Amino acid sequence: MAELLKVGIADYKVGKSPATIISYGLGSCIGITLYDAKSKVGGLVHIMLPDSTQARANENPAKFADTGIPLLLKEVIALGAVKSRIEAKMAGGSQMFQFAGASDIMAIGKRNAELAKKTLQKCGIKIASEDLGGTYGRTVEMDLTTGLYKIRTINKGEKTI
Amino acid sequence: MSDSMLNLSAMQLDAIREIGNVGAGNSATALSQLINKKIDMDVPSVSVVPLADVPDLVGGPDTMVAGIFLRVYGKAPGSVLFLMPRESAFYLVEHLLGEQKSADGELTEMDQSALMEIGNILAGAYLNALSYYTKLTLLPSIPAMAVDMAGAILNVVIVQLGQMGDHALVIETQFLSEDDGINGHFFLIPDSGSLQIILNAVGVK
Repeated sequence: MAELLKVGIADYKVGKSPATIISYGLGSCIGITLYDAKSKVGGLVHIMLPDSTQARANENPAKFADTGIPLLLKEVIALGAVKSRIEAKMAGGSQMFQFAGASDIMAIGKRNAELAKKTLQKCGIKIASEDLGGTYGRTVEMDLTTGLYKIRTINKGEKTI
Repeated sequence: MSDSMLNLSAMQLDAIREIGNVGAGNSATALSQLINKKIDMDVPSVSVVPLADVPDLVGGPDTMVAGIFLRVYGKAPGSVLFLMPRESAFYLVEHLLGEQKSADGELTEMDQSALMEIGNILAGAYLNALSYYTKLTLLPSIPAMAVDMAGAILNVVIVQLGQMGDHALVIETQFLSEDDGINGHFFLIPDSGSLQIILNAVGVK
């Protein structure tokens, strides 16, 4: 049985084939993976907020898109991934509740997605595929042997990106 | 001030528990009247948990639940969540609307609307008691509802708190109807800073 690495909220894990990395129940959070198909090294960060510079509690870099992605990049490279081969995938960023007159905090999923993309671009990492938005939760997992990113939902079925 | 809630004294915890008790008692009575069944409730549990562990309170982030969410506005802002297993949501709908639901059925818009109204009434009862006890004005927002993974639903609350700290103060009460048809969890999660306001209001230093 291959190793199953579980990633909590505002947390990250890196690993090698044949491990699988999983994160459960993402709402507005985003699960971003970085993967090098040749060395079969990859990692997943489960970010919950976009911007560390706008939060009062920013000791944990894995909590934010702008600091979590560079951290993950550094860690997968340390484990043997080669930067020019690394591709990103991401899923999540939904808006679970619709309110009339909703505050900014309700649209956090969208802002998470925007800043994640911007940060990846800044790091020079290509986004291979994504599954963002909607109004439902996702459980995501990446198989580090194949690089396939599987997304499970309760009402919208399963898909692989 | 981010994680100062980690250092609550026994007296403060008791005061918070008592506040939860008064609020939940009022809610339980309202629920009991709505469905005409006796409702038991637990003594509220008060815990300070790492944000990442909040979904574990309701069986893990992957567990499917029906959740009704409200924001609390006023002097001590926060969030109110009423979470229950899908079966309990069906049970409530059956007792309120008098329609039979099949176990694998979906909640219609009408069902969801009825459930949101329950959330509204429960939160209203809870906050009324809390307002009375603390003399703070506390008003519920319009409710919103989702049937989905617990982790995804709790994201809404966790994100709010995550900007200020890494822990949540959770005041949780479990409701159980006499025939076990309802098994719901009621959460009051004060925003960072609100807890101090509530404690000051009841005169606990």
